[in-house]
Amino acid sequence: MKFLRDALDKAKHNFEKGGKWEKYYYVFEAFDTFAFVPNTTTPPKGAQIRDAVDMKRLMMTVIIAMVPCLIFGIFNIGYQHFLAIGQEGSIGEMFWIGLVQVVPIIIVSYAAGLGVEFIFATFRRHPVNEGFLVTGMLIPLVMPPDVPLWQVAIATVFAVIIGKEAFGGTGMNVVNVALTARAFLYFAYPVDIAGEVWTYLPEGVKTVEGYSGATPLAIAANSITTGENAVNALTHFGTGWADHLYSFENMFLGLIPGSVGETSTLMCLIGAFILIFTGVGSWKIIVSVFAGAFGMGLFLNAVGGNPFVELPAHYHLVMGGLAFGAVFMATDPVTASQTETGKWIYGALIGVMTVLIRVFNPAYPEGIMLAILLMNVFAPLIDYFVVNANKKRRLKRATV
Amino acid sequence: MSETVEKVEVKKSEPLFTKKNKKLITNPLDIDNPITVQVLGICSALAVTTQLKPAFIMAVSLTIVTACSNVAISAMRNSIPSRIRIIVQLAVVSLWVTLVNELLKAYVYDVSKQLSVFVGLIITNCIVMGRLEAYAMSNKPGPSFLDGLGNGLGYGLILMTIAFFREFLGSGALFGFKVFDLIGLHYQGNGLMLLPAGACIILGIIIWIQRSMNGYRETH
Repeated sequence: MKFLRDALDKAKHNFEKGGKWEKYYYVFEAFDTFAFVPNTTTPPKGAQIRDAVDMKRLMMTVIIAMVPCLIFGIFNIGYQHFLAIGQEGSIGEMFWIGLVQVVPIIIVSYAAGLGVEFIFATFRRHPVNEGFLVTGMLIPLVMPPDVPLWQVAIATVFAVIIGKEAFGGTGMNVVNVALTARAFLYFAYPVDIAGEVWTYLPEGVKTVEGYSGATPLAIAANSITTGENAVNALTHFGTGWADHLYSFENMFLGLIPGSVGETSTLMCLIGAFILIFTGVGSWKIIVSVFAGAFGMGLFLNAVGGNPFVELPAHYHLVMGGLAFGAVFMATDPVTASQTETGKWIYGALIGVMTVLIRVFNPAYPEGIMLAILLMNVFAPLIDYFVVNANKKRRLKRATV
Repeated sequence: MSETVEKVEVKKSEPLFTKKNKKLITNPLDIDNPITVQVLGICSALAVTTQLKPAFIMAVSLTIVTACSNVAISAMRNSIPSRIRIIVQLAVVSLWVTLVNELLKAYVYDVSKQLSVFVGLIITNCIVMGRLEAYAMSNKPGPSFLDGLGNGLGYGLILMTIAFFREFLGSGALFGFKVFDLIGLHYQGNGLMLLPAGACIILGIIIWIQRSMNGYRETH
């Protein structure tokens, strides 16, 4: 560490005013503060909040919370791969296959996103924003295991430029950047990110007899046409090659095909615990997303109509990316509601919208992405009404 | 856009073509663009720009309609009672739109079918009405013609730019001509660009670039 500090100090004069690489000062500064906690404090005038936990440290907490999801996701890619081809594989082999798939996605995501960040920071002469540290890790976690890398790069560049820089950079974005990247791919290259792409299968590999790459959500949606009880359809799926693949326990543990990091509700809950314990994520949003989805599920159960509507509400909580979205996407402090009451409304509406989109819109099997993006747009409006309601309440009290 | 450039050169020989009148053509191309600055005619800019060919036909149609209606209204401007001017303008515009529509049906039927209602909707296009109200009602036919022409070109320029990117990125083609196949590359079309949202994003980027270049700011 001493060596790194010395090297940075030695290079510093080149980047300061008058130095030969003056233009790239903020590129240097980004590396410097990434490696070491800066020794500057808030100036005496202005904001007086002083804490060793600055933005970069805060972002690192979120990344640490994502690590369980990432590690499990890497293992799960290999696990699903061996299930699909009907071979036995050791845990080491499973991890290896997962690593080979995931690490390039992470590298491409960070390289593309940070490249854009550095270019904008140099042009606009502002410090490199920390926001991408989290976004760069979120993007790989919401991609299918064998997504083409060039698509990851394009989506990341698009999301950072259109989703963030166009609005003024980190802290100014209206919608979640990682979800913008995923939504971009979803609409731009639907064949590579929708349908049966969730298990890693290299070309030419023979799958086990009876194999199907259908996701739980697709099976549940399909039950509308077949009229079969959705829970039965889920339980009987995979008979012969992966018995009880889509049982409730399996879906909770995450041993199902899906995006790299979103399959396991359990791992997401561990991440949620880290976020809540450190105070980084809002527990109100996480709880209200789950509550909203569960409530909407119960309501639909009571109404009834078709097998998907009658799917028990708790299944909605473990299927698809609801848990991942609730914990890591909805809680993004920039795009969520800022008021405390607003957070409840914001989260609950995300849950409700997710189930609505899942059940009633056959074009979009998974609703959490679109629900969060939609509520991101509405978050300022929610805040506006919450603040106004508070004003009215207090005015009333004052006049009485 | 080559034929329109010729038109400008022809105009030059006229004595009417002063420096001030020249601005009537150049302003709408940049600092007073009907789409990116006045934010008019967005609807058709999103609807007809999936390919270059319909966008080009649409741009030409709108230029003709705007220029011709401007001249007609300008010539009549002193005899139109101001209380019924809007309906008179509409009548004149619809005359030109009907003419253009019939011409398209006769000579480029496939594009006409593709454009469907959007040629007819030129009648309600804000750019046409806007120019009539803002310019033709208070100016002579000559400058009015240039004004209509300029605004039509400004609209066409943006339309063609959007359509270029949408067709190129969306289906890897230009004017229906597969560019990537020519050099032997496989191009996977970007579905987002074929959706209206793609046009919205490209339009946003054009406005972003334009404003950062000419320093235009909204005044509140």
